[in-house]
Amino acid sequence: MASITIDGKVFEVDVKNNLLQECLSHAMDLPYFCWHPSMGSVGSCRQCAVIEYANEEDEKGRLVMACMTEPREGARYSIAAASKFRAQAIESIMINHPHDCPVCEEGGECHLQDMTVMSGHTYRRYDGKKKTHNNQYLGPFINHEMNRCITCYRCVRYYKDYAGGTDFGPQASHDNTYFGRWQEGPLESEFSGNLVEVCPTGVFTDKPFSKHYSRKWDLQSSPSVCTGCSVGCNTNPGERYGTLRRIVNRFNDEVNGYFLCDKGRFGAEFVNSSERIPVNMMRDSHNAAPIQIEPDAAKEALKNAAKSAVGIGSPRASMEANFALRELVGEENFYAGIATEELDMLNKIIDIYQSKPVKIASVKDIESSDAVLILGEDLTNTAARLALGVRQSVKNLGRQMGADLNFPIWHDAAIRQLAMDKLSPLYILSPHTTRLDDIAHTTHISSAAHSAKIGMAIAHAIDSTAPDVAGLSKEEKALVNEIAESLKSAKQALIISGTSSLEPALLDAASNIATALQSGDDKANLALVSSESNSMGLALMMQGNAKSLEQAMSASSKTAIVLENDLYRRAPSADVDAFVNSLDNLLVLDHLKNRTGEQANLVLAAATFAESSGTFVNYEGRAQHYYSTFKSDSNIRSSALWLSDKHFNEITAACAVAIANCGAIAELTPGENYNFAGLKAPRQHHRYSGRTSMRANISVHEPKQEQDEDGVMVYSMEGVPAIKDAAVLNSPWAPGWNSNQSLFKFQEFAGGPLKQASNGQRLLSNNSAEKTWYEAGNSDDTSEGYKVFPLYHLFGSEELSAYTPAIQEKATSAYVSLSPEDAAKLGLQASDGVQVEHNGAVPFIVRESIQPGTVGVSVGLKGLNFQDMSAAVSLDKAADWKNPELWRAANIIVSDKRVEGAD
Amino acid sequence: MTNIIASTALKARQLTEEEIHEIEHEKTHYPYAQAVGLEALKIVQKYQGWVSDESLLAVSEYLDIPPDDLEGVATFFNMIFRRPVGKNVILLCDSVACWMLGCDDLKAHITSTLGIDYGETTEDDMFTLIPVPCLGDCDKAPSMMVGRELYRNLTNEKIDQIIAGYKAKA
Ligand code: SF4
Ligand code: SF4
Ligand code: FES
Ligand code: FES
Repeated sequence: MASITIDGKVFEVDVKNNLLQECLSHAMDLPYFCWHPSMGSVGSCRQCAVIEYANEEDEKGRLVMACMTEPREGARYSIAAASKFRAQAIESIMINHPHDCPVCEEGGECHLQDMTVMSGHTYRRYDGKKKTHNNQYLGPFINHEMNRCITCYRCVRYYKDYAGGTDFGPQASHDNTYFGRWQEGPLESEFSGNLVEVCPTGVFTDKPFSKHYSRKWDLQSSPSVCTGCSVGCNTNPGERYGTLRRIVNRFNDEVNGYFLCDKGRFGAEFVNSSERIPVNMMRDSHNAAPIQIEPDAAKEALKNAAKSAVGIGSPRASMEANFALRELVGEENFYAGIATEELDMLNKIIDIYQSKPVKIASVKDIESSDAVLILGEDLTNTAARLALGVRQSVKNLGRQMGADLNFPIWHDAAIRQLAMDKLSPLYILSPHTTRLDDIAHTTHISSAAHSAKIGMAIAHAIDSTAPDVAGLSKEEKALVNEIAESLKSAKQALIISGTSSLEPALLDAASNIATALQSGDDKANLALVSSESNSMGLALMMQGNAKSLEQAMSASSKTAIVLENDLYRRAPSADVDAFVNSLDNLLVLDHLKNRTGEQANLVLAAATFAESSGTFVNYEGRAQHYYSTFKSDSNIRSSALWLSDKHFNEITAACAVAIANCGAIAELTPGENYNFAGLKAPRQHHRYSGRTSMRANISVHEPKQEQDEDGVMVYSMEGVPAIKDAAVLNSPWAPGWNSNQSLFKFQEFAGGPLKQASNGQRLLSNNSAEKTWYEAGNSDDTSEGYKVFPLYHLFGSEELSAYTPAIQEKATSAYVSLSPEDAAKLGLQASDGVQVEHNGAVPFIVRESIQPGTVGVSVGLKGLNFQDMSAAVSLDKAADWKNPELWRAANIIVSDKRVEGAD
Repeated sequence: MTNIIASTALKARQLTEEEIHEIEHEKTHYPYAQAVGLEALKIVQKYQGWVSDESLLAVSEYLDIPPDDLEGVATFFNMIFRRPVGKNVILLCDSVACWMLGCDDLKAHITSTLGIDYGETTEDDMFTLIPVPCLGDCDKAPSMMVGRELYRNLTNEKIDQIIAGYKAKA
């Protein structure tokens, strides 16, 4: 800490931060563009200029960039004295700007607008000709409007330096400076959407949003959580006229920070899908035509059926919904709704987190690790935000090199120059190349079972009391020792694995390695990725029992209630068919039409995350609450409220009491008594427009305000917006700060954790120091045929986001991936298809990294059900093949060479 | 489909043996192959006259540099030509000293003689006219370069002679 004087006032500042950050942290309005809390400073925009005085006598001082200045003890600065310079700086960067705010989608939440006003540059003097640029087609997610650029370079620093993208960059110089791709085409990075928030002006805007655009102040918003995967990134959905318009990032210091993946940002419009189940339908028998029934009658029918039903829960439904189903059918009749294999693995994760001497790693922990081992998890496709976190972890060597030379941590350009290509170690064991290979020290190609063996050997090499394995090649043994050494010598090692490869031995190995690394208080970070937004919550609900979908299907009940779950994604089609046919009464609660719902006798229209509140438990066992963003029409209800007569909060409270480890889920919201001076927190901005007229075509009378489930927020502009308290913030805003940059006003310090907000609650913890080991299994697979491994796609594999048009444009139909040897053996030409046993034929690609005798099969993509695969399959050249319409090989972005079926 | 990347239709040109030879030689001066990007573009331009998309891709593949990075380099330096130029590139200085001594008139003269403005090439592909800032020859301003030749103390008459000289050589 140091004390400094700014414009005559004395402040205590943290010398580790730069002066700009400290000014913002002390609630001073100092304009800036290029600095970003996650990306540090480069001093390129010249907007944060202040005057620094040499000593007490100095009256003139000198101009310095606050973002490039380390605050010195006793130093004297002035923000006011540099105001003219800042106004001139902005005037010069605005010379070519088209002043098109009224038609610009950034307008109203534009950092450039805010800073222009703040700097006092209110009158444009330049009347010369402006430079204009061509815009590029950048794919389905992002609009490009280059003329609005102020050359702050944030986009490049984000896209290339932060997110590791290679297909984007700065071009030309001075007036011609251009930010785009060398040839137009879809951006390849899975994190491109953050450009929308990183760019301080309207160059990059959200393309799907622009199709049904609304100003920020006209959007109704609430704190929410992404449903895309098990990371549980925090989001801010925005609604207008009853449809979900967009998703933006919601800061969570420990989880997603400032960034989302593109599935999270662009994959939520399934809420508006034409495939939504809009009303409740009932039919007497399987073959009868369904008829619409009123909500109360539907609920009555559900209750009656529940008396003798099995309840099948879901890893994508909230804790409350799963619990309400469990209450309704009775604990003994409640089943997990996922396959035994997956449930066992989730139970194992809970066991590891609770009983092994390891540290459960949040994304923030991942970013601060300095040696990483990924065991069989294709992170970019299964838990994308973690992959972005791993990209930050490898930069820790450079940061350390900088720290050794006393470089300030925020001095981004200096540290990058110093580090050049030196990266902290990252090792990947995977059956195919991955999107993180460019930063990996080694990517070792081996099957999941074999990777588990290697993992076991690594644990043994670190701690010889851990069980050893036989059967590794000489090269592999050398690799084992190298990885063991690298993890041992790290300050903070991190092991990542997960359930996606359906290989439990990988979890054993990950656990053993992390356990082996423990010594005293030093524990290794461990992140075990699960598959869906509430997989871990569902597993917790099962309390360690093994009541999987298979057991539900053999329970010989005549009635089943299926909660937000398409069973065909969980078990082989034949098994599900047999189960459904054995039932007299199938009741389904879901948002979207699917194969299970089509066969139901009663379908209840279930609210999505956007129309209901709930709790999800992410891969770390972190419970997070999401507030409904808007109220759907009366036919649609939150599943929890379909299944229970209780008040929503009572369901949460009962679940917290009944389910072990889940006590904290009742503490995630400020509770229904929350108020400020008697008023609740509004979901709408105080500038929300059209309130009295937007329904005038239906009725000129304003309806009564909708009631909220949690009782914390209201569907209205009335109420007291959280000014500093971010716990119930609809979206960040502060006077003079209309853009997302206003976030710092809600943080403890600029870039730091939110004041008073909840980062969620970790439900699992351990303080054990006892090392216990998993034994190495004998998992040598002897099945005949091509050994199948799953291939996940960020865009398309996940069920709900796959209903979103922008995601569909980035997805492809199902396919298999083969080694060049096997493709030759099967006599495949580029335009051929591959017959996969009796399961149908699909297009293929050839990847050099794939081992002969193995085949990658896409998961969740249209055209082939991964659940129908056995461990090994026979492959043949398909007869009379024509590639399906949805086949888009260009959307499969992999680093190893490939040939593909004609596009 | 809109999502077929335009660049996938592009194929890299095969680098010539001479080009590869020179690029390999440059590589020996730098610790990373990636550092040779600019030199490789200059080599390609030396042999091809300019850097086409196909050439840029060829260098990108040869040195394992993303084409976006190379494009950044190629467009930053205005002496790397990303569009075809004429056989002789006229670089007319339009910086302060030359401006004071009448480069604007010279430019007008060239434009009327050859029928080309800045950035344009004569129809017979003989000349391309490009402005440059200060050739470092201010004491003999106004000046210009044609190819690698420097011409100083220019007048309209001198320019006529120079142009005639190049035409005669062709
Ligand atoms: S495009 Fe946006 S982020 Fe990139 S330099 Fe221009 S203004 Fe900055
Ligand atoms: S990483 Fe997962 S939770 Fe985060 S935004 Fe992407 S899909 Fe959503
Ligand atoms: S924020 Fe300091 S120079 Fe840009
Ligand atoms: S100004 Fe023309 S050579 Fe210097």
